Amino acid sequence: MPRKGILVDRPYERLTREQVELIHQASMQILTDPGLISFNREAVDILHSHGAAVESIAGDHQSWQVKIPEQVVLSAIDSAPKTVKLGARNPDNTLIMHGDEPRVYLVTGSETNIWLDVDFPTYVNKADPTREIRMPEFKPRRGTVDDLCQSAHVCEHLEMVDGYIRTVNIQDRDITEENKDVNKFFASLNNNTKHFMSGLTSLKQLDNVVRMAELIAGGKKALEDNPIISFITCLVKSPLQFVDDTTDTFIEVCRRGLPIVVSSSPQAGTTAPIREAGIMAQINAEVLAGITLGQLVKPGTPVLYGSVPVRARMDTLGDSYGSVETSQYNIDCVQMARFYGLPNYSTSGVCDSKIPGQQSSIERLFSDIVVAMSGPQYLHCAFGLLDCNSVFCLLQAVLDDAHFKMIELFLRQPRIDQTELEAVLKQIREVVATPQKLYIGYIRPVLRSGEISGLYPFEGGGEADDVFELAYERMKELLARPVEHIDPETTARIFEEIPGVLPRLNIYERGD
Amino acid sequence: MNKDIIATIKENVIQGRKTQEDVGIDDSLEGAPGVVELMQQALESNISPQVIITKGLTAGMQVVGEKYSTKEYFIPDMLASAEAVGAAMDIMKPVLESANVETKGKFAIATVKGDIHDIGKNIVAILLKGAGYEVHDLGTDVPTEKVVEFVREEKPGYLGLSALLTTTMTEMGVVIKALEENKLRSSVKVLIGGAAVSDEFAQEIGADAYCADAFDAVRVLDGCQQTG
Repeated sequence: MPRKGILVDRPYERLTREQVELIHQASMQILTDPGLISFNREAVDILHSHGAAVESIAGDHQSWQVKIPEQVVLSAIDSAPKTVKLGARNPDNTLIMHGDEPRVYLVTGSETNIWLDVDFPTYVNKADPTREIRMPEFKPRRGTVDDLCQSAHVCEHLEMVDGYIRTVNIQDRDITEENKDVNKFFASLNNNTKHFMSGLTSLKQLDNVVRMAELIAGGKKALEDNPIISFITCLVKSPLQFVDDTTDTFIEVCRRGLPIVVSSSPQAGTTAPIREAGIMAQINAEVLAGITLGQLVKPGTPVLYGSVPVRARMDTLGDSYGSVETSQYNIDCVQMARFYGLPNYSTSGVCDSKIPGQQSSIERLFSDIVVAMSGPQYLHCAFGLLDCNSVFCLLQAVLDDAHFKMIELFLRQPRIDQTELEAVLKQIREVVATPQKLYIGYIRPVLRSGEISGLYPFEGGGEADDVFELAYERMKELLARPVEHIDPETTARIFEEIPGVLPRLNIYERGD
Repeated sequence: MNKDIIATIKENVIQGRKTQEDVGIDDSLEGAPGVVELMQQALESNISPQVIITKGLTAGMQVVGEKYSTKEYFIPDMLASAEAVGAAMDIMKPVLESANVETKGKFAIATVKGDIHDIGKNIVAILLKGAGYEVHDLGTDVPTEKVVEFVREEKPGYLGLSALLTTTMTEMGVVIKALEENKLRSSVKVLIGGAAVSDEFAQEIGADAYCADAFDAVRVLDGCQQTG
C-alpha cells in the first residue's frame, strides 16, 4: 500500500482555464522565439535531430540558440508518464502520483550548507535576579555527514514526511567531490526507509549511486520496479539556458530510466519578469524544454514538472521565499502541471527568517497552507529550512511536522451526507430533550476516531511559551527511537563494491 | 465472584460506560453490562455499599483522574465516568440511607439571576455527583429568593454560584448578602465560578472560595471535607 498523502478534494486555483491556456501559448512562443541558449552540445544534437532549429552563438563559451517547435514539445508531453511511482526501502512508503489527482505528498529538502544547533541557556532578570527564564539560542555551523544521518533518522519518524530529500550539504574534511554523492546517498538511505531524492554532485558517481540503490532494492529489475531513489536537476538556468554539466547529468539519468525532476527556479525581478504573467510564461517554457529533452533521450522517462519560482527581495535582490507572490507563482505552476497531466514538484514552507520564531512560523505556514491547498503531488516543503535555502534546523522540522498535521486535518473532505445528517438530527433531538442539553456524551467516539484535531502538541503550561523546548524534547525522543538500517549483508556488499563510502558510516563495523 | 463484579464496575467507570449501550473507550466491552447493570448485580449479591464505593467507583475515578492528568483522557472521558458514577450513586441512594451511610454532603448549584449560561454549571454538577456529592441543580437565571429558600429548607453544606457575564456576576454578592440577612450564611460554604469571576472577586463579595474550573470545584470541596 502506498502512502496516502493528502487528497485535496477541490484544489484551490488562482488561474482561469483561459489564463492557463494563455500561459501555455506564451510558453510555446518563447520556446521558438527567443528559444533557449544551450551550453550543452549533446542536448543541442538531440533537440536538433528531432526538429529544433539550432544556431551557433559566437562567444567565449560554446553555445547554441535552440528553437523548439511546438509539436515537438506537445509530443514530449504526450510521452511523459502521467503517473509516476517513487519507491522506497519500505514498500509502505511508496509514493504514487497521478498528474490529474491532487494528492499531496510532503517532502523535505533542500540541501543547505548550514546546520543550526539549538541550546537553551538560562537568563536571569537584571531587575529581579530570582526570576530566570530559558531561551533558545541558535548556533549555525557547517553541515556534516553525521548531521545528515541525524536528519534522515528524525525524518523517518516524522509522521507527515512522505519522502526525504537530503537536507544538508555534507562538508566534513574527508568528504570530497568524488565521494560526496555515495556518502550522501548512503547516509540518507541507511537512516530512512522513505523515498530518497537527491541532486548529483559529480556525474562520475551516478553509476555508483545507482549500483548502491540496486544492491538495496534487490537488483537492477527490482530497482526498476521499486525506484527507491530519484534525482533532481536544475538543467535550465533562468532565463532559458541549458547548463552544460547539469544537462549532462539529466541526460544520463534519463538514459537509466530513473525518475527525475525537471526543476527551474527563476527569480521574478532578476532572472524572470517581475510580472506574474512573465515569470509564469518563462518558467513553464523552461520546465517544458527540460521535459522535452528528457523524453527525446528516452521516451517514457518518469519526470516531475518541477517548479521553484521565487520573487526577488527588493532590499538585496536575493530570493524572497517568504513573499506572498512566491506562493502565488507556485500555485500557478501546480495548475500548469495539472493542465499537462504531469505530476508536479512544488515548493512551500521556505522562509526568509534566519532562525525559528514568529517570522519563520508565519512565512512558512502561509505558504504551506495555500500551496498545499492547490494540490501539488510532490510538495518539496522545506521541513526545517530557514534563511531561504541556506540553513537547516532539525527543531524547525519537528515543528513543521506538527503544523502539517494540522494542515492535513484542515484539508480533509467534509463529511456531510444524508446518513450523517440523519444521525446528527437524532442526536440534536435527544440532547434538547435532556435537562443538561449538552452534546458532550457524543464526543468520545469521534475523539477516539482521530476526526478531531488535537491540542497544539507543544503547548506549554500556564502562560509560558514552551514551544521550542517541547519541540526539542520531541526531537530527542525521535532520535532515541531506532530506525531500520540497511541489513548487514547488503551493507557489507555496498562497502565492498562502492568506492568512497566512509568506513565510519558502517554501523555494523563500529558496533552500534 | 464479588471481587469480579467490583473489578468490572471499576473497569466500566474507567471506560465511562454508564449502561450496556455505551461503547466506552474501546470496543472490547461493547454490549457487556455497564455500571448501572453491574450495580444491580452487586446489590443483589449483597456486596456492601462501602466496598462498591471505595473499591469500585472511587477506585475507578482515581484511575480516570490519573489518565486525565497525563492527557490520555479528556474532559468528555472524565464526564462520562462521572456520569456513570452519578448513576451508580442514584441507585445506591436508598441503600445508603437505610444503612445510615453518609454521603460527602449536599451541594446546591445555580446560575445566578439574569444569566442563562449553564455549560460550566452542568459540568460541575456532573463531576461533583461523580465524586460522591449529593447534587441539587437549581437551574439557570435563579432568583436570589429561590436560592435562599433552598438553603433554608434543604440545608446544603455547599452552594455553588455560577455566572458568565460581567453584568450578572454582581448577583453573586447579592445572594451572599441575602444569606447573611437571613442568618443562613454560616450554615453553608459558598463557592463561585464562571468566566467573569476571580479569586479576588470571591474575596470582595465574601465567598468562601473561587473555583477556576470543574476539577477545581471537586478539589475545593474535597479539601473542605478534610478540614471539616
